[in-house]
Amino acid sequence: MSTYTPHTASEIREMLDVVGVKNLESLYQGLEGIFARDMNLPAGKSQQEVARYFEKLAAANNVFGSIFLGAGAYQHYIPPVVKSILSRSEFITAYTPYQAEMSQGILQAIFEFQSMIAELTGMQVSNASLYDGSTALADGILMLSEKKKNKVLLSEGINPRSLEVVRTYLAPLGFEIELIALENGKTSLADLEKKLSDDVFAVGLAQPNFYGVIEDAATIGEAAKAAGVGYIMQVEPFACALLKTPFECGADVAVGEGQPLGMPLSFGGPYLGFIGAREKLTRRMQGRIVGKTHDSEGRDAYVLTLQAREQHIRREKAGSSICSNQALCALTATVYMASAGKEGMKEVARQSLSKAHYLAAQMTAIDGFELKYSSEFFNEFVVVSSAPADLIRNKCTEKNILPGLKLSDHEMLWCATEVNSKEDIDQLISVLKEVRP
Amino acid sequence: MKTIFEKSQTGKCALSIAACDVPEYRLEEGILRQEDARLPEVSEIDVVRHYTALSKRAYGVDDGFYPLGSCTMKYNPKLNEEVAALPGFTGIHPLQCPRTVQGALEVMYRLSEKLAEITGMDQVTLQPAAGAHGEYTSLQLIRAYHLDRGDTQRNKIIVPDSAHGTNPASASMAGYSIINIPSGPDGCVDLEALKAAVGKDTAALMLTNPNTVGIFEKGITQIAKIVHEAGGLLYYDGANLNAIMGTIRPGDMGYDVVHLNLHKTFSTPHGGGGPGSGPVGCKKALAKYLPGPIVVKTQEGYALSESSEKSIGRVKTFYGNFLVALRALAYIEVLGKEGIKQAAQLAVLNANYMMARLKGKFPTHSSKICMHEFVVSCEEIKKEIGVSALDFAKTMIDRNMHPPTIYFPLIVHEALMFEPTETESKATLDWACDTVLELLEEAYRDPEAFKKHPCSMPIGRPDEVTAARKPVIIFGRDSD
Repeated sequence: MSTYTPHTASEIREMLDVVGVKNLESLYQGLEGIFARDMNLPAGKSQQEVARYFEKLAAANNVFGSIFLGAGAYQHYIPPVVKSILSRSEFITAYTPYQAEMSQGILQAIFEFQSMIAELTGMQVSNASLYDGSTALADGILMLSEKKKNKVLLSEGINPRSLEVVRTYLAPLGFEIELIALENGKTSLADLEKKLSDDVFAVGLAQPNFYGVIEDAATIGEAAKAAGVGYIMQVEPFACALLKTPFECGADVAVGEGQPLGMPLSFGGPYLGFIGAREKLTRRMQGRIVGKTHDSEGRDAYVLTLQAREQHIRREKAGSSICSNQALCALTATVYMASAGKEGMKEVARQSLSKAHYLAAQMTAIDGFELKYSSEFFNEFVVVSSAPADLIRNKCTEKNILPGLKLSDHEMLWCATEVNSKEDIDQLISVLKEVRP
Repeated sequence: MKTIFEKSQTGKCALSIAACDVPEYRLEEGILRQEDARLPEVSEIDVVRHYTALSKRAYGVDDGFYPLGSCTMKYNPKLNEEVAALPGFTGIHPLQCPRTVQGALEVMYRLSEKLAEITGMDQVTLQPAAGAHGEYTSLQLIRAYHLDRGDTQRNKIIVPDSAHGTNPASASMAGYSIINIPSGPDGCVDLEALKAAVGKDTAALMLTNPNTVGIFEKGITQIAKIVHEAGGLLYYDGANLNAIMGTIRPGDMGYDVVHLNLHKTFSTPHGGGGPGSGPVGCKKALAKYLPGPIVVKTQEGYALSESSEKSIGRVKTFYGNFLVALRALAYIEVLGKEGIKQAAQLAVLNANYMMARLKGKFPTHSSKICMHEFVVSCEEIKKEIGVSALDFAKTMIDRNMHPPTIYFPLIVHEALMFEPTETESKATLDWACDTVLELLEEAYRDPEAFKKHPCSMPIGRPDEVTAARKPVIIFGRDSD
């Protein structure tokens, strides 16, 4: 029997007597007709055995010595402070902070998270989190929807997985998605202008985009504004610390994947969707929002607010059904951003930028390796190689290096962050030099 | 307490990374932001003290009794946290080649297999991030199923008025209009109302069982028949599976699709509001619409199979909240077949024990045996002395007990919904019942003083009206 239930046999007996039934099965009296047949589940095990089993499974995964793969999930250094704070069970084992008086710590942390996201994106309002960077994009687009308009124009430079999630979300609601073509890796202004029409309610792109390219986001923003349509940007948090903010680029909504802010790769989750918006959109924003108020004695107090937007009040009229979100991941990002601070965020961004450029320069110095686009990039870039991507992948894997993402037979998307040392990069280059087509 | 922003001092930083060992690359000025993000500048000890202080202003299952109805706040085993922190799981990239992540794929495969068995479904996806996300995914499956059969008129979802708010909201996100049907006083489906509501436009009925009053829908097989005969599907909101797991399966009751909350039933922590995990299971007829990829077992080991052409498409970037799924598998491995069944039985026993002890003092909405939770009403008490469910909740806070869910389900006025879960001991339940009964006496003794709680917390009752009327949601942007 597991150690997770604290009852003794005699206590169970006593309790059954108080309830007035003869045994545990009798609690389900009258339902015998639908009792499950014998379930095909193994017997329980001790914690010791289960720990051993998971250690074996963990060992069956290959944690690469150096990682040059991004494409939506990025390896960054995580300060020990983050892990330490995030191990506090008051945070881990609490529910959504419905009872404000006993949840001020969680509510204040969310308020700080919202504030940090607003600072990072330059936007005026933010929320407690969304599921991930893709669902945040879908939610953000829906925030901009208008009656009688059914089309959104999205850049082909958006992560294909995000585009797929957006398609899933938009299809049943009758919205149409049209893609804006790329030109030298950047969202084409000409193509955008050609596709802007009366039925378009929003334009969206990613900064930097999936191919690492830094978009002329302000120019696209101006075009969207001139056409009178909403503008949404999906942004990478470290790029935000350096580049023109979504607000400066004219965005109405900025969303992104917060995983780089202190969350390990973890095979894809849990990650963190974040959102910032212009103030006029506050009441159209989905999810939980924490607001600052006071108690009867005038003390600062934090509460879940603007709940009249949400499912438990508005039911089918709510814009979203989100209930549990990614609170602990938002706390992770908060503690990470507090630790890194203003300068640390920029330093990680500058190092990622510099290392990606060093990697690109070294790689393209090899015969048969060329950058696909000449446009400026942030921490990722596409390289076309004469050697097949599969061969490169095999050679790298042999050397305990996780290479970039294969985009096609001869194209790969490479990534570097502050974690990749010059020595690691040089080692990768020496491996690539030996790959002969 | 001051925010971290107010503790900021120029020049401080708590991040320690190696100096850049490659030439510094500079971007042209024109594309850079004009002003730095005003993030706090604090030292390492400032960060530690600040967030440790905040943690002391929070209350989790580890701190005490947490009978929050419908939320299944059971103990979150430490073993789960330990195995989820193994570098072999945290250090792997979601786009690594499958043969380098065989351990992770086995976790997903085994969990899916076990959840399918527990729910009586044929196929499971772990992709949805939370319960409501699972509901939403399920409704998209239902939509795809009907459309694929050329059944284009089914645009309505039936929801009982006792349902969780997420049900109608998820259905509406999936493009459906909603028919709300009334429930009986015990929260059970009114069969006549259901018969009147179903028709050619019925896509599905969304139903949790046991229902939100904590009562098992005895008419479930009949309900399933009514919905199926009308051509609709039956959807199981897994929020209340903890009452029946191991004994009764949604699949055997006639449900076609289920979502589960791993962060309720399968012991993964709530984290102050997520990350949760909302796997969806379905019968064979709907499997081809599931979001991909799905883990499959092949002769060469585990692999990720891309989604079928008929898939509704991804609902999340990668494979779901993997580390949450992993914790749930650890829990199932420890409990095993008998443990799962017994956990449910003890959850039901604990709820009935508490209900039996409070019966007669508070009017309950479950006359006989309840399932894992029960609802009492403060309506009469409020009429008599003006003390509300909210007042009871706030006073419990001063007794170091997390209040039950209040004002839900909507069909019970002044509701207090208790869900003690199986991980609470008889001693804790006795203490909780004694405390609640003492509070009842206290309320009658001095109703005015009773309304002033809590008074042992960092704040008293907050002014929520001002919070909503003049929202201040970003630091430093107070308008006044």
